[in-house]
Amino acid sequence: MSTLLTCDSLSMRFGGLVALNQLSLAVSAGEILGLIGPNGSGKTTFFNVITGIYQASEGRVDYLGHDLARMRAQDIYRAGVTRTFQRSRLCLPLSIFDNLMIGNHRRLNHSLWFNLVRRSAFRAQFEEQYAQALALVRTFSQSLAERLFEAAGSVNMIDRRRIEICRALISQPTLLLLDEPSAGMTHEETRELMDDILIVREHMPGLAIIIIEHEMNVIERITERCIVLNYGQKICEGPYAQVAADRQVQEAYLGTE
Amino acid sequence: MKRVFGPASAFPALASMAGVTVFAVLFLHAESQEEVMGLTLGAAAALLLLARFGWNALAAVSFAGHSRTGQAAVLIGVLIIAAVFYDQHFPLLMLASVLLYIVVCLGLNLQFGYAGVLNFAGAAFFGVGCYTAAVLTSHTSLPHLAVVLIGGLMAAGIGSLLILPVLRTHGHYAALVTIAFSILFRVFLEVNDTLGGPQGMKVQGMEILGWKLNDSLAFGEIEISFYANYVVLALVMAAVAFMLVRRLERSWIGLNLDAVRLDETACAAFGIDVARWKITAFTLGNFLTGLAGSVYAMMTGFVAPNSFTFGDSLILVSIVILGGLGNPWGLSVAAAIVLMLPEKLQFIQEYRLLLYAALVILILLFRPGGLMPRQVRSYLPGWKP
Repeated sequence: MSTLLTCDSLSMRFGGLVALNQLSLAVSAGEILGLIGPNGSGKTTFFNVITGIYQASEGRVDYLGHDLARMRAQDIYRAGVTRTFQRSRLCLPLSIFDNLMIGNHRRLNHSLWFNLVRRSAFRAQFEEQYAQALALVRTFSQSLAERLFEAAGSVNMIDRRRIEICRALISQPTLLLLDEPSAGMTHEETRELMDDILIVREHMPGLAIIIIEHEMNVIERITERCIVLNYGQKICEGPYAQVAADRQVQEAYLGTE
Repeated sequence: MKRVFGPASAFPALASMAGVTVFAVLFLHAESQEEVMGLTLGAAAALLLLARFGWNALAAVSFAGHSRTGQAAVLIGVLIIAAVFYDQHFPLLMLASVLLYIVVCLGLNLQFGYAGVLNFAGAAFFGVGCYTAAVLTSHTSLPHLAVVLIGGLMAAGIGSLLILPVLRTHGHYAALVTIAFSILFRVFLEVNDTLGGPQGMKVQGMEILGWKLNDSLAFGEIEISFYANYVVLALVMAAVAFMLVRRLERSWIGLNLDAVRLDETACAAFGIDVARWKITAFTLGNFLTGLAGSVYAMMTGFVAPNSFTFGDSLILVSIVILGGLGNPWGLSVAAAIVLMLPEKLQFIQEYRLLLYAALVILILLFRPGGLMPRQVRSYLPGWKP
């Protein structure tokens, strides 16, 4: 598989605190990479740096010829990198469909002329996008698909998480970053959600996923490779079984028996 | 009641509009304070009673299902009210003022209700339009339609001076920027002798392609107040502005504005350019405000700094909140209530600001969505999944 993303000695400092320390890693197209480590080890910071929410202190992030570390968040999204947030960031008063279309921004026409005057063209685009949104949400939940025009705030936590994942998927990204998708869910719900993500992935060949997760059976089941962070540094890398057997990883994160 | 009129019926919407029209006529006609007070309380009681029987919800569904018929009914209602008072200056002036204020509040609604940019200088931008009309009609011979357009452009242009500080600050701080501007504007007018200082300026009546709006019309015995001309003009402006704002809301742009208001971080993560949409909403809103201002100045024939105080800006914001943030219908109703009530109930006049403040606090406490809370966006009228 071809390499999609390469980080080269990426560092992020907040004053004296080093959140990411000379991190280097590579992600291939179509791969599912697990990112694990104790709280405060720099996992979410890593997402924030490669999505342009933070500006890296030093280092490069090469993605299909772009240097993400020097790009604005909007341009990184347009280049095909989307994410979910650790704490849900949906616009709750807006409808579920509205929230999905926020994620679909790069595929919609935003000119004043198109939106205000060319209403029949707008109708065509709306109906096309509605059909796609419906199909995507159906993969996750039939009952949710029937409620697309209800406020996002009116559904429960699991459905909100589903909406957030659909919002990140609907623009057909090349790289998807999932920040603790299982937070606040039961084992059963998590398993269901992961299965749904894998189904969607089958229709999007080449989609690479980086997933931050504390639920080790999720990591074990869906990732092909894991990277363990501690104090902003990579301490181990490899398939889950190998990583879990590593003594350093056990001391820092998994715990020794 | 639902069984009597199915959800497909246009009757509840039309009946409601007829009721509102009759009430407005009675209200404008009432002379004594007791009569006005009685009508006001009666209307409030009737609304509460109808709400109990589910009529209000029924009317809302009916309006939504028959938006074209409903809109036509509203236009006809306004024209009927104007026709009833065809020879009286005061009710017609008030009607035209309400319509122009609706245009202003539609602009504010774009800024505050959608994009979340709180603008406490609404009256100042209205004033920019007024003074533009005053200066241009007395010193140049530009056609008056061009004057109105320039009034809007001036307000938008002067607003763009504020854009940088508004974009660099958030929430309350951005609001402070607009408050500062509102105060600056008034002081500037008062000390500026070319603009008439505290005494203000006279403004010529409007003339569009030979149609002199300040001449009263006479058909034989019947003489129609010249304000009827302005009612027609203001009605056209309000209808066009209303349609513009509605279309904007029902589009991807409306969605972008909402997203900018609700979560700037999520916006950035999904490519929504926060600055672009804030600028769009702010500029377009000020443009509408300026347009309305220049027509208003030509209608009243006079402008003075006293009409554009910070207090007046507050009233505009309170109209938008009272009606229901983001709901153009709500703000139209609220504009009518807030402007007409104190004019008819003289004893309220002095306590006007106090009452509005109390009303806004009560609304925010007990009905944060306003009188007519905004519904979830539907992109195409009548479209069902």
